Amino acid sequence: MTEASIEAGYNFGYLDENTKRMIRRALLKAVAVPGYQVPFGSREMPLPYGWGTGGIQVTASIIGADDTLKVIDQGADDTTNAVSIRRFFNRVTGVATTEHTAAATIIQTRHRVPEAKLREGQVLVYQVPMPEPLFRLEPRVAETKRMHALADYGLMHVKLYEDIARHGAATTSYNYPVLVNQRYLMSPSPIPAFDNPKLDRMPALQLFGAGREKRIYAVPPWTEVKSLDFEDHPFQPARADAACVICGARDSYLDELIVDDSGKRHFVCSDTDYCASRPPVQDAAA
Amino acid sequence: MYVAVKGGERAIGNAHAWLDEARRGDPALAELDVAQVEQQLGLAVDRVMAEGSCYDRGLAALAVKQARGDLIEAAFLLRAYRTTLARFGASEPVETGAMRIQRRISATYKDLPGGQVLGPTFDYTHRLLDFALAAEREAVAPAPEGVADPAPMPRVTELLAREGLMRRESRSDAEPPDLTRDPLNFPVPRAAWLQALARGDEGFLLGLGYSTQRGYGNSHPFAGEIRMGEVTVEFTPPELGFAIELGEIVLTECQMVNQFAGSKSEPPQFTRGYGLVFGHGERKAMAMALVDRGLRAEELGEPVDAPAQSQEFVLYHCDNVEATGFVEHLKLPHYVDFQSELEKLRSLRQEAGQ
Amino acid sequence: MIGPGFADPVADSQRCFRAVLEAMSRPGRIHRVPALAEVPAPLHGATAAVLLTLADGDTPVWLDCPAAQDWLRFHCGCPLVAQTAAAFVVATAGMPALAALAQGSEEEPHLAATLLLQVESLQAGQGWRLTGPGIEHAHRLAVAGLPGDFLAQWAANRARFPRGVDIVLCAGDSLACLPRTVRIEEAG
Repeated sequence: MTEASIEAGYNFGYLDENTKRMIRRALLKAVAVPGYQVPFGSREMPLPYGWGTGGIQVTASIIGADDTLKVIDQGADDTTNAVSIRRFFNRVTGVATTEHTAAATIIQTRHRVPEAKLREGQVLVYQVPMPEPLFRLEPRVAETKRMHALADYGLMHVKLYEDIARHGAATTSYNYPVLVNQRYLMSPSPIPAFDNPKLDRMPALQLFGAGREKRIYAVPPWTEVKSLDFEDHPFQPARADAACVICGARDSYLDELIVDDSGKRHFVCSDTDYCASRPPVQDAAA
Repeated sequence: MYVAVKGGERAIGNAHAWLDEARRGDPALAELDVAQVEQQLGLAVDRVMAEGSCYDRGLAALAVKQARGDLIEAAFLLRAYRTTLARFGASEPVETGAMRIQRRISATYKDLPGGQVLGPTFDYTHRLLDFALAAEREAVAPAPEGVADPAPMPRVTELLAREGLMRRESRSDAEPPDLTRDPLNFPVPRAAWLQALARGDEGFLLGLGYSTQRGYGNSHPFAGEIRMGEVTVEFTPPELGFAIELGEIVLTECQMVNQFAGSKSEPPQFTRGYGLVFGHGERKAMAMALVDRGLRAEELGEPVDAPAQSQEFVLYHCDNVEATGFVEHLKLPHYVDFQSELEKLRSLRQEAGQ
Repeated sequence: MIGPGFADPVADSQRCFRAVLEAMSRPGRIHRVPALAEVPAPLHGATAAVLLTLADGDTPVWLDCPAAQDWLRFHCGCPLVAQTAAAFVVATAGMPALAALAQGSEEEPHLAATLLLQVESLQAGQGWRLTGPGIEHAHRLAVAGLPGDFLAQWAANRARFPRGVDIVLCAGDSLACLPRTVRIEEAG
């Protein structure tokens, strides 16, 4: 059954069973210690580092024949890398794929959280380039490990404070650091800060894979995920103050398009499935 | 216009077809044979085996052909293939002292037991383009052959060690770590960094090794010995309990001899930096030996202030498959993040203007 | 004579893993795992399935039942080690003291042991009140066959966070998980 449409010569999901077991053990510990980065023996994949090897290894270790997979990059199902990863899993697992957020059991994503609210039973797998939220402030991994052990996140608070003192607001607009379950500082991956609130008490399980950096971490369902801020300067996510020219949405995250030589701009939903699920606006912006 | 920014299955398919066509080049010319690559671009094959960390000349030659001569891409192809191979066990340590020598030189002794063997080297060629190679020509005349000297070739560092001038390495029979299975956990033992360096990028190690000669890390290296040739690989199956010979591989080994001022517990003596790579890779082996010595600074109680002395700096950045992935991933779409930066910048400028 | 493992090792271990992952993500929820044709006594089906799914040559195991050792070594190739050094601790005849198992360190809490603890029964919807990550409001779980001081041991385990043991409770072909984050209150 499961072998029906699988690339000859490769195991279901590409990874061998030993590797899957190693990743599965890491995933369970990641769930047990929310937000903590579990080191794992990341393998060299047939896609390059930076293209989502961490997310791919996580997906390959959890996926089964009854799953329905959705892959997005920048919110869209039809970006080249999303197409390529979806095709990879189709070749090595033969599982059903979908572009509909609601129909998917596993959603692998790069840089976005879908607009539609996720539910119990779904798993969101993030591709993560730099799992360490402190790396710009302290590049030595041995040092950041110690800071996590002590929950010593003073550096990050000082950075935020300096931003606010100088610019009146935090200058981080994506990959905005969060505190998970009031304990671990975590990189939400380079999603726009606009998406951060969706991580908080999400009914779906969130798994994060960083292949090149060889780390896996997780946020269990319904877990508190708080974007760092100060009482007098609460976290304020932003989006372009515009409507999608296709569906008219004013609540979704937008891509900005430059449509002529004079720099005229249009905005469209970054989440293509969300956009397609809404009635189009009447030709207004055509 | 919306569709124009999105790629798709068809675009990818077309790009791959174009890539195939570009790889083949002018179809009026004979197609390059993998065996020709293996035989005539042997040093490219060696480098791909070393950085792909898989010793198979045929597969490495195929990777060079498939990658259109891009050696980092070829190493990546070989690594991705390597991932899928089952592991049967670990070989016995190879004995480079018993190497069947093709090349062996020492810069520290004019003559020594076993002598100097130049071997197939560019060292004393005049770098003049040989236009005769551009023309078809008769077969190359065979190089003159001598009789191999049966005398053993002891390692130079052994000769120094016998005199007590070379710091003894502590012997360990512990299973060495394998960074392809377990991620690096700093500080790492020397065996782990030697593995990382052996797989590391030749260009990166060359630059770092060079920096140690120019004052970034205080080293005073001499090329104690460089040797290249075949060594026997043996494996002990647990059910047999004795070693059986699997075959021979070509290795290049470099032992650098460095000064050491001594410490409270040790007298002044020489120390070594060690380099070992698959195939004929002399530049890489030498650079590796310089960087290895740099990384030993902490162990030897020397100040750690240069890039080549920092474990995290060297080991996190020497792998070219990792490095090329992360550098090149910048060409993947980032418009979601860029959009958030645009909005942030606009709002910060607006506030500043008020 | 050593009994067989999973009928379809790739698919069955994937299904079993997803059950454990779901159970660990939603503490106290009961999940069924793929049934084995034969289970080596005194292991329960869930215990055996979890071992087949997660244990191998890289995972040191301690177990309290010599009868299952050959089966485990044959199918998983695990090194058998002292209790304090085990990544998986298998308890079929009473719970070892939680504090005696590997706890991980503050820097590396993932090195803590996972305890596969066989119990008499698991019942949802009654008993303990569980709260914490993975739980929207509260989950209820009744467990028969635990030592009398379990809740005191658990409170101490939870206080060690981020260190601490994670438990997989196994009964027949069912399991439920108690990750170190979960708060357990007596039925009330």
